[in-house]
Amino acid sequence: MALAIDAHELIKTYPPDVRALDGLSLAVRAGTIFGLLGPNGAGKSTTVRVLTTLTQPDSGSARVAGIDVLADPCAVRRAIGVVGQKHGADPEATGRENLVLQGEFHGIVGAQLRARVTQSLERFGLADAAERQAKTYSGGMQRRLDVAMGLLHRPQVLFLDEPTTGLDPEARAQMWREIERLAGEERMTILLTTHYLEEADRLASQLAIVDRGRIVVEGPPEQLKSDLRGDRIEVELADSKDAGARVALERVSDLTEVKLEGRTLRARARDGSAAIPAVLAALDAHGVKATSVTLARPSLDDVYLQHAGRSFHRADSEHEEVAA
Amino acid sequence: MTAARQTWQVSLRGVRALLRQPGYLGITLTQPIIWLLLFGALFKAVTRIPGFHGGSYINFLTPGIVVMLAISSAGWTGMGFIEDINGGVMDRLLVSPVWRGALNAGTVVYAMLTIVIQTTVIVLLAWALGADYKGGVGGVLILVLLAGLLGAAFASLSNGLAVLTRQRETLIGAVSAVILPLTFLSSALMQQNLVPSWIRSVAKFNPVNWAVEAGRSAAMQKIDWGLVGSRFALLAALAVLCAIFATRAFARYQRSL
Repeated sequence: MALAIDAHELIKTYPPDVRALDGLSLAVRAGTIFGLLGPNGAGKSTTVRVLTTLTQPDSGSARVAGIDVLADPCAVRRAIGVVGQKHGADPEATGRENLVLQGEFHGIVGAQLRARVTQSLERFGLADAAERQAKTYSGGMQRRLDVAMGLLHRPQVLFLDEPTTGLDPEARAQMWREIERLAGEERMTILLTTHYLEEADRLASQLAIVDRGRIVVEGPPEQLKSDLRGDRIEVELADSKDAGARVALERVSDLTEVKLEGRTLRARARDGSAAIPAVLAALDAHGVKATSVTLARPSLDDVYLQHAGRSFHRADSEHEEVAA
Repeated sequence: MTAARQTWQVSLRGVRALLRQPGYLGITLTQPIIWLLLFGALFKAVTRIPGFHGGSYINFLTPGIVVMLAISSAGWTGMGFIEDINGGVMDRLLVSPVWRGALNAGTVVYAMLTIVIQTTVIVLLAWALGADYKGGVGGVLILVLLAGLLGAAFASLSNGLAVLTRQRETLIGAVSAVILPLTFLSSALMQQNLVPSWIRSVAKFNPVNWAVEAGRSAAMQKIDWGLVGSRFALLAALAVLCAIFATRAFARYQRSL
C-alpha cells in the first residue's frame, strides 16, 4: 500500500545542545490515522514541523504525499493540511475571512471559494458565528475553525498537532468524532500527535511511541498492548483459604505469574479471553468456587513503561522540570 | 497575478483590522496633526535665523513632517508579525503555499495606505494653516509618493527585524533609536546651510533626507526634476532591497524553528 508519509533518520538539534529528533523514522500508510504518542518534549511537534515544511532537519529525509519535503516544500504545502498546537486563526478577522484567506493562499478563488467557505462553516457548526471575529469564539469553536482552515483546500494528508489539548470533555469527544469521520468517509491520511493515551488508543490504527527524539515502539494499539506479557486475569474466590486454587491454575498452560493474595488469585495470560474457559474448567475440576473473574487488558501506559523504561506521567513531569 | 492577489489579501487583513478599531484609526489620524502644530509652534523662530531662505516655516516644515510621519508610522509594521508569531498565526501562514514575498509586500502596501491617509491629513491641515504649495496637486502627490516609498523601505526593515528577533522590545528600541537621529540628520526640520558641515555630509547618505529634499522641491518650490528623479530612483531601489531582506528573513526564521 502507498505510503503517505515516509521519513528516514531525521535528526534535528537546537542550540545549545538539545537533540529534539535523534534518528526518527516513520512510515504512514495512505488512508490511515497514525498516532504519535509521547510526553511533552519527546519530539512529536518537531516531527510535525519537519514533515509540514515549517522547518528543516539537520539530516535525514522525508516524503509527504510522495513529495520530498526538502526538495519541493511548496508542493508539499499544497498537499497537506495542518492544525497546529496553537490557534492558527487571525483573532482580529472573522471566521469567514480566515477561511477565505486560507483558500486564496491555496489558489482557490471566486465563486468556488465562496461556496466552499460557506459549506465549511456549516459543516463545523460555525455558520451563525461566521461574521464574528475569531477572538470572540469559545475554545471549542476556535479549534473547529482551525480544523476547518486545515481542511478547506481538501488536503491529502492532515497533520493534527495535539488537537484536543485544552478542550473540555464535550468538545474533545466532538473532535474525536470528526477525526474518525475524516479518516472513515474521506479516506484521508491523518498524522495525529497526542500526549493523551486514551486519545491515541481510540483514534489511531497505527501508533508510534516517541521518547527522546526516537520512536521506541510502533504498531497497532491492540498489538502493542498484546505484545506485553499478556492480559491480567483476576479471580475472586469464595473461600480465602483455598490453597488448591493456586495449584489448579499452575496446571493451566499459557498462564504465568500465578499469585494468591487473600481471596484474590492473579495470573497473566498471553491471550486472556482465550484462557478464561480453561481457568474456569481447572478451578471447577479442583472443586474451587469462584465468585467473579475479571480480565484487564494492558494499557498504553504499560506499553510506554515497557519501552521507554519509565512511566508516561513521570516522563511528562521530568520534562516540565527541565523546562522550568 | 497570484503574487498580486496574495499580496492584496494580506493587505486586506490590516485594512479590516484598522476599520474595526475606530479608536486606533483616530489615533493614527490625530498623531500627525499634533506633530504639525507642535513642531510648527516650537520652531517658528527658525525663519528669523540669518541665512534662512525657506519662506514661512510652515512651508519649510510640512514636507519634513510628512516624511517623518511616514517613517515613524511604517516603523511599527513589524509588530503585526510579532503578534502573528506569538499567536501561532505565522506558523499557519508558513505551512500554506503562500509566496513569502506576499506576506511582506501585503503589510508594506497596508503601511503605505496608512501613510497616504496620514500625509493627506497633514498636507490639508498645513494648507489651512497657510502653506503655499507652489508645485500644485502634482507636486504634493510626488511628495506623498516619495514619503510612501521611504515608508515602504522602513516597513520592510521593520518586518525583517521582527521576524528575525521576534521581540517587541527589540523593535520598539530600534524604531526609537532610528527615527529621531535620521530626522535630525536631514533637512526635515532645519535648512542644510544652517547645520554643521558633518551633518550635511552624513545627510547626503540619509534616505530620509532624499525624501525630504525631493519632496520639498516638488511640493513647495520650483520642481527640480533631476533631484526628484534621482531621489525617487534611490528610494525605489532601497525599498526593493529592504523587501528582499524581509522576504528572506522568513526562511531564516523557519530554519530556527
